[in-house]
Amino acid sequence: MSGTAPLIQLTGVSKNFGAVQALSNVDLVVNPGEIVALVGDNGAGKSTLIKAIAGIHAISKGEIRWQGEPVTVRSPKEAARLGIEVVYQDLALADNLDVVENMFLGREKLTRTFQLDRIAMERRALEVLEQLRVTTIRSVGQSVEGLSGGQRQSVAVAKAVMWSAKLLILDEPTAALGVAQTREVLELVHRLGEQGLGVLLISHNLHDVFEVADRIVVLRLGQNVAEFDRRTTNQTEVVEAITAGRLSHVPGQAEETSA
Amino acid sequence: MSVAPDLTRIPAAEPATLRGYVRDWVLGLRNGNLGALPIVIGLVVIAIVFQSLNSNFLTAGNFVNLMVQGAAMATLAMGIVFVLLIGEIDLSVGYVSGVCGVLVALFLTPGDGQVPTPIALLAAVVAGAAIGAVHGILISKLKIPSFVVTLAGFLAWNGVVLLLIGSRGSIIIQDKLVISLTSQFLLPAIAWGLMALAVVGYAAVQLIHRSTRRRNGLSADPLSIVALRVGALVLFGSGIVLIANLSRGIPYVFVLVGVLFLLWTFVLNRTKFGLSVYAVGGSIEAARRAGINTDRVRIACFMIASSMAAIGGVILASRLRSVDSNVGGGSLLLYSIAAAVIGGTSLFGGRGSARSALLGALVIASIDNGLGLLGLGSGQKFVITGLVLLTAVAVDALSRRGRVTGRL
Ligand SMILES: Nc1ncnc2c1ncn2[C@@H]1O[C@H](COP(=O)(O)OP(=O)(O)OP(=O)(O)O)[C@@H](O)[C@H]1O
Ligand SMILES: [Mg+2]
Repeated sequence: MSGTAPLIQLTGVSKNFGAVQALSNVDLVVNPGEIVALVGDNGAGKSTLIKAIAGIHAISKGEIRWQGEPVTVRSPKEAARLGIEVVYQDLALADNLDVVENMFLGREKLTRTFQLDRIAMERRALEVLEQLRVTTIRSVGQSVEGLSGGQRQSVAVAKAVMWSAKLLILDEPTAALGVAQTREVLELVHRLGEQGLGVLLISHNLHDVFEVADRIVVLRLGQNVAEFDRRTTNQTEVVEAITAGRLSHVPGQAEETSA
Repeated sequence: MSVAPDLTRIPAAEPATLRGYVRDWVLGLRNGNLGALPIVIGLVVIAIVFQSLNSNFLTAGNFVNLMVQGAAMATLAMGIVFVLLIGEIDLSVGYVSGVCGVLVALFLTPGDGQVPTPIALLAAVVAGAAIGAVHGILISKLKIPSFVVTLAGFLAWNGVVLLLIGSRGSIIIQDKLVISLTSQFLLPAIAWGLMALAVVGYAAVQLIHRSTRRRNGLSADPLSIVALRVGALVLFGSGIVLIANLSRGIPYVFVLVGVLFLLWTFVLNRTKFGLSVYAVGGSIEAARRAGINTDRVRIACFMIASSMAAIGGVILASRLRSVDSNVGGGSLLLYSIAAAVIGGTSLFGGRGSARSALLGALVIASIDNGLGLLGLGSGQKFVITGLVLLTAVAVDALSRRGRVTGRL
């Protein structure tokens, strides 16, 4: 069975911040090679959910299984060790550094004399960019400042892929991008799926979601309210779930009253 | 936007031909990456103006004077570069150099307390590093703005200078080694030998770098560019040695500044720490998420600034052959910061180099020296240096306005 185990499986995950119940009993599965979109209105708990997966927030209740094994992810470092990389919306790139330096920042390759191994890093960066067919970047020695939003997003994604991400989490990757650049990033996401990565994509843009996602998971007020197969649903149905999906218990009340 | 015709080929880091280089350079100029061009033009203008006003300016003797006069400022400015690179400021380096200069003088005063010269010098640098560590910890751990911490340092270390000097008034430096730094000169043959060594070393590094890149299938500089760079070094190097040798020769302190320059250039360009410094200055959040210990980097930068100030203090003490209650004061601090900025180090962090400190120090020392030859006083010097600083920053700001920030 382990060969077919999901990449990541969340069961009954809850998270409260003091009295605020941000997530209650959320289930989520991402399989290798699958692109799952996580949608929901503002405050639905999307960011909280990915922060739980990425090790930024500890969950209050529930279980996370990674490739079939139960895990507790205590820090972003631990998440990275498992193969979980997050590309946050406010990209974590340094403008004044070039593409190679950004991709290796904090995890530089060094030569035997403890100098930066620029050659090894540049080769690896070129390899990954080529593998992902990020071809619009003029030069990997160019500072990131001169890149377009889409190119920057591509560099951030390539960085995550390079560090052998098995699960890539993208928090609103196209929110700040124009039409052409959005297209560029979506194509990249699509190729990642083809290459066997699991992708969890958060987006408010249903058009984008329908373009790349295999499955669409809807959160509302911290609960699962619906899940759709992209091929058998339409935008109206998803919008309805986002705004008026049936809740399993009344929000705002503590768990014990509904249990 | 059409589909790119060739999907598999990504151009690598550098243009591979001389023509590509020239094209990129011109493109860079148009986009506001002026590099060292304004400085070079500025130096030429300075040379022409002062030479036409006083024919002593461009003489071998004055050239050697300039090296000795600018050395302390250049040393402090190299340290300041690290602090500016992380987007901070250090207003205390002037008096920190004063404190360390006085310490050396006290350690070397003949009598019971006298220690061997190397230990006295080491102690001064360690004291500088410790002072920088205190500043850095207050700034990064207690989150007090560097402006405030180092302004407090400006006052406090000035006070420490006064306390250390006490009622003595001044302390004469008698140590041979310390004095020789600014009053002894390389034998002509040795100066030429060092120059040759530098050229051969530089050429070797360039060629090895080029051939390893080519062997690894990465784009490499064309030979013509390498030849041009080495040629430029030969030209400038022999120019400096030749002119200096017409007079007293290359002062020891020039070699010291050169070694410090190589050291910090290596650290900034070739080490993980150097990259972290640029990352912290460019985007501290990105650095933090990349797992860089940003507090440690910031503390280290303040330690470097203060240690370099300590070395600058020794140079100053050597030149004046004594320390008094004014040591580290006057225009030293502001000249040093101005040197780094005029040389092209950004006040907003993330952009700069050790080279910028040297170039800027050369500009300021030239102006100061030239105006001195004309018999002008501090009033005129400060006004003119202030205007030059303003011009340099304005050129930078204007050129940056034209810089491309996005590309579709
Ligand atoms: N650190 C926190 N402390 C307290 N409450 C929090 C915290 N983080 C999130 N919440 C609450 O949890 C709920 C879910 O927030 P979350 O940021 O996950 O929403 P989201 O789905 O990402 O929304 P958006 O689409 O606006 O980004 C909100 O009610 C929010 O106020
Ligand atoms: Mg969110």
